[in-house]
Amino acid sequence: MDAVKRYFRSPAAVAGLILLVIVIAMAISAGWFYPRDPLALAGRPLVWPFSNPRFLLGTDNSGRDIAAQIFYGARISLLIGGVATAIAILIGILVGAFAGYYGGWVDNVLMRITEAFQTLPNFVLLLVLVAVFGSTLTTVTIAVGVVSWPAPARLTRAEFLSLRNREFVQAGRTLGMKNIQLIFREILPNALPPVIVYASVVMAVAILLESALAFLRLSDPNVASWGNLIGLGRDVLRVQWYVSAIPGIAILVTVLAVSLVGQGLNDALNPRLKGR
Amino acid sequence: MSEHETILSLDRLSVRLPGGADRTHALRDVSLEIASNEIVCVVGESGSGKSMMANAVMRLLPNEVTIDDGRIMFEGRDLCAASMAEMREVRGDGIAMIFQEPMTALNPLRTIGDQIAEMFSIHTDLSKSEINTRVLALLADVRIPDSKVAAKAYPHELSGGQRQRAMIAMALALDPKLLIADEPTTALDVTTQAQILKLIRDLQQRRKTAVMFITHDFGVVAEIADRVVVMQHGVIVEQGTATEVLHHPQHAYTRQLIAAVPPLKAPPPRALAADNILTISDVSKTYRTGGFLGRGARVTPAVKNVSLTLPRGATLGIVGESGSGKSTLARCIVRLIDPDTGSIVLDGNDWAKMSREEVRRETQHIQMVFQDPFASLNPRRKAAELVAQGPIVHGAPRAKAIADAKALFALVGLDPSAGDRYPHEFSGGQRQRIGLARALALKPDVLVADEPVSALDVSVQAQVLKLLAELRQQLGLSIVFITHDLRVAAQICDLVAVMKDGAVVEHGLAGEVFGNPQHPYTRALLDSIPGGAFAREHKV
Repeated sequence: MDAVKRYFRSPAAVAGLILLVIVIAMAISAGWFYPRDPLALAGRPLVWPFSNPRFLLGTDNSGRDIAAQIFYGARISLLIGGVATAIAILIGILVGAFAGYYGGWVDNVLMRITEAFQTLPNFVLLLVLVAVFGSTLTTVTIAVGVVSWPAPARLTRAEFLSLRNREFVQAGRTLGMKNIQLIFREILPNALPPVIVYASVVMAVAILLESALAFLRLSDPNVASWGNLIGLGRDVLRVQWYVSAIPGIAILVTVLAVSLVGQGLNDALNPRLKGR
Repeated sequence: MSEHETILSLDRLSVRLPGGADRTHALRDVSLEIASNEIVCVVGESGSGKSMMANAVMRLLPNEVTIDDGRIMFEGRDLCAASMAEMREVRGDGIAMIFQEPMTALNPLRTIGDQIAEMFSIHTDLSKSEINTRVLALLADVRIPDSKVAAKAYPHELSGGQRQRAMIAMALALDPKLLIADEPTTALDVTTQAQILKLIRDLQQRRKTAVMFITHDFGVVAEIADRVVVMQHGVIVEQGTATEVLHHPQHAYTRQLIAAVPPLKAPPPRALAADNILTISDVSKTYRTGGFLGRGARVTPAVKNVSLTLPRGATLGIVGESGSGKSTLARCIVRLIDPDTGSIVLDGNDWAKMSREEVRRETQHIQMVFQDPFASLNPRRKAAELVAQGPIVHGAPRAKAIADAKALFALVGLDPSAGDRYPHEFSGGQRQRIGLARALALKPDVLVADEPVSALDVSVQAQVLKLLAELRQQLGLSIVFITHDLRVAAQICDLVAVMKDGAVVEHGLAGEVFGNPQHPYTRALLDSIPGGAFAREHKV
């Protein structure tokens, strides 16, 4: 409860939370405001924003409602951000926990694998995965998750390394606990706060990765995503710049919101670090 | 003391804590005087505000903590009103400070000589070669062997005692009028502590420095103090000359503190059972680190051929200084560490030969209590859960285990309703009781206690020792008690084994080892106990 109080004491964290709630509200209310398919033709192409009350944010080069795509795009971005982050954190925690707890050859093997992933630039690896497995929403989400786990793994491992020799873990061992119990019930809850905070970074990066993929027209073309819209706007960037700019702002706001929430969580969960 | 001039006087000094602390003021109306050529000991338990006072004098308080009343007069100047620039002049030059942990107080990336030379280059304009000579002279003065080598050494290359000597050299570099020593010997072994106390005494007498010596240990007070100031909850409850305070304490709190100092005399020996519950024979453990294909590897024998026996229902004390291997031995006994050779026979089973899985199943026969009451409890579990964990692991139903845990709370002197609280809501002594309850929950035959009272204040220490003695009687426990403090060992142990460099140098009945030590090392240890005469004489 203290952590909640501390969180709401920071204006930046509260602002981030409000922005994030707005984005989530957009995602939830998309079907209610725009019952029609957001990718269906709605009117004349390239209507400027605020010039036609039917299309508040204008239309893109093929005459689809930008506002509808922004609302539906929030669903896609949050879905990919959330699921990919969950995948990355899950793999990261498992790899990091076992490497940090057991040490020795287990640690060596797992860390060499982690390093192998880290030496490849995320995005290049993501391109390869999408090129091999195709670009449906499911594969893109899993691929983003699979390229994002090394950092949380290293973080979890570092926490485990410092926690595994604490006296309370030794006490657990003298009580007769099994290794699995020690790892997941004793050490992990104590190692979790920094990993949760880092999850916000993973989520922001996941949203950006998907957008970048869509910009290259390698993401799923059958869903309304912000990245797809930016990719489309590329063709008319010099005159009708708003087609790319509006989803760009949406991405900026969402990533900013997630980062601010992450920073707020960090200060709330690790209060001693604040103000130093 | 009237022939000496007053160096520092605190006049109704009050220091305010930020809101949300357990009290509004860290210090309230503190008045005291320190004259040149005297050592004033400030004694108190943790949280009494003694360190806060030292930091207030140096104006090194944390940001949210402020001096809200009173004056700090130093050489006719009020330090409360001094600017930051003026304070920088005073620090190091007028008032110097030594800290508890020399490893963290020294910069690990610069040599000792460099760090001492810095004092001169900041406050004086001596030439490089002059500074160099002064540094070497200082190091010789604090009796660091081979001062030329020591000046070029980095902090991690020196032992704890030598680091503290280097800190003292640094503090005394500019001949300060006042030296503030904040628990300077608490982190050191007894023999080193005795040397450092003697060194501070000698230097102080030679240079006529005023010393404010902060400590929690009445033994140290008896050893070194001219005058004593006793603090409790940020208030001075008593001050006077050392003899007055130690032998005729006026305030109830002072009396309580002195009574809590364990006397260095074993209680009358108890009858010991004829059969041994635990037999340790020829246990060795050697650590090997580094090295490639056997080249350049460091081999450290931590425990060498130790053989000891523990009669049923008795308490075996294992005493020694840091690095003597006593903790490694304790961890070998409970198999947190696997011994290389030897046997540890408990009730006919050789624990040294069992597999990890067997040890895990048999672990209810032997349990351990850990040193640090803050680190040994999982901060994310409630107290009752912590205690119930062991039985649950060994198959007890959860509801019953929690109910039993509450009963154990009463046994170790805690409120049974406290089970729903988290460890950070308890004091150090209470946490140690939780740790004890956790070990007892499995109804062990043997309890291995690794420095169970070392992190506690003296008065709490006495309570926990009393509790252990009661439980031993009540439950028929056999205890292996690891400690570095001979006074504590004398309190509770029937048998004592003295360890040095991994080997047992002497063992026998507590009364015999303490009353008639045979090995020179045991004698050195006993002689090093601060305030030895006081500890032997004073009555509980």
